[in-house]
Amino acid sequence: MSQANAPVIVIGTGLAGYNLIKELRKQDAETPVLMITADDGRNYSKPMLSTGFTKGKGASDLAMADAGKMAEQLNVTIRTNTRVTGIDAAGHNVFVGEEPIAYSKLVLAWGAEPVAARIEGDAGEHVFAINDLQDYANFRAELDGKKRVLVMGAGLIGCEYANDLTNGEHNVEVVAPSSQILPNLLPEQAANAVQQGLEGLGVKFHLGPLVTRVNQAQKGLIADLSNGEQIETDIIVSAIGLRPRLDLAVKAGLQVNQGICVDRTLQTSEDDIYALGDCAEVDGKVLLYVMPLMASARALAKTLAGNVTEVAYGVMPVAVKTPVVPVVVSPPAKDGEWVIESNGADVKALCRDDAGELLGYALTGACVADKLALNKELPAIFK
Amino acid sequence: MKKWECVVCGWVYDEEEGCPEEGLAPGTAWADVPDDFICPDCGVGKDDFEMVEI
Repeated sequence: MSQANAPVIVIGTGLAGYNLIKELRKQDAETPVLMITADDGRNYSKPMLSTGFTKGKGASDLAMADAGKMAEQLNVTIRTNTRVTGIDAAGHNVFVGEEPIAYSKLVLAWGAEPVAARIEGDAGEHVFAINDLQDYANFRAELDGKKRVLVMGAGLIGCEYANDLTNGEHNVEVVAPSSQILPNLLPEQAANAVQQGLEGLGVKFHLGPLVTRVNQAQKGLIADLSNGEQIETDIIVSAIGLRPRLDLAVKAGLQVNQGICVDRTLQTSEDDIYALGDCAEVDGKVLLYVMPLMASARALAKTLAGNVTEVAYGVMPVAVKTPVVPVVVSPPAKDGEWVIESNGADVKALCRDDAGELLGYALTGACVADKLALNKELPAIFK
Repeated sequence: MKKWECVVCGWVYDEEEGCPEEGLAPGTAWADVPDDFICPDCGVGKDDFEMVEI
């Protein structure tokens, strides 16, 4: 097949891949598209994985459509359970093992992967890092009938699982090395409000130590912490961080930093290869959230349809799905002065520069209602 | 009056409350929300919302 007739190839069928093609089809109904995914290609929303119990949904309930239905809906070909093993940028081919597949344009939408916990002991298979729908299904199957859950990590994902699992009647203990929950995201006072809310549900926090070892016990598991404490539990969720997948991009000679480096048109350092979503570093920014992904999908769809378009990142607030004490935060891009008003679970923290301009905010509890009004005051990340 | 939930992030549009910050007065029916409305939390479009009973 000559390059001109070759399809656009998208690697990945998560929110980035599917939303990109959904947007592309609004502009261009016909260009052949081949999507390749290492999993089964079901369409689901990754952020909803940490809401299963609260919404009364299991893993299969969270799937909105299977690969066949998506292929029909988007007028694309989807190869499921297929792992791309190499990219030849000069030859415009991707490889699945020995098989070359030609592309006209290539989009990397393969997401991020969990940071692996380094834990000693004989119970590693009971530690679950939940990064996709299949991981969630495996976790829910193993969780069935068990009561005690240890969550490693007190970031966004760790806190969301702690809240959700508690809503599912589980006894949750959280272990994290930070001195507060949601570090790097919330000022301490706001974090404390969320922590107290979660504690009110029965979540127990161990802040400071790490889990160093997990062993099978007579009944369940025993986790050793670096401060000498021991926790008896039944199953462990590892939520200690997420980082863009880079391996294939590095092998292909693409420029990478924290993520795969792309310019404002989402193009990598190679012609005709683009990246978006959790694997991409857009003009120096790695933002592992849906809103930047959607902005990128809309811009890249136009570019793929022939109208080269730069992505603009407006205000990108992050919501933490801890229903007991809701959180929304727009982290300031530079240092400023925080002014914090708090009343129990309701915290309004505003960060301003010397001139009084709003740089960022953190809102908890009832204060999240101020979000949209504050967004109007905030500067765009880049226009 | 009904509620509509974003299937991607869970943000809820309540017809009764509308979304005044986005220019939608209280009582605005989902059908009357403009087609280019995007979820204020995650940025997906109107077709990614489902009616929910809450």
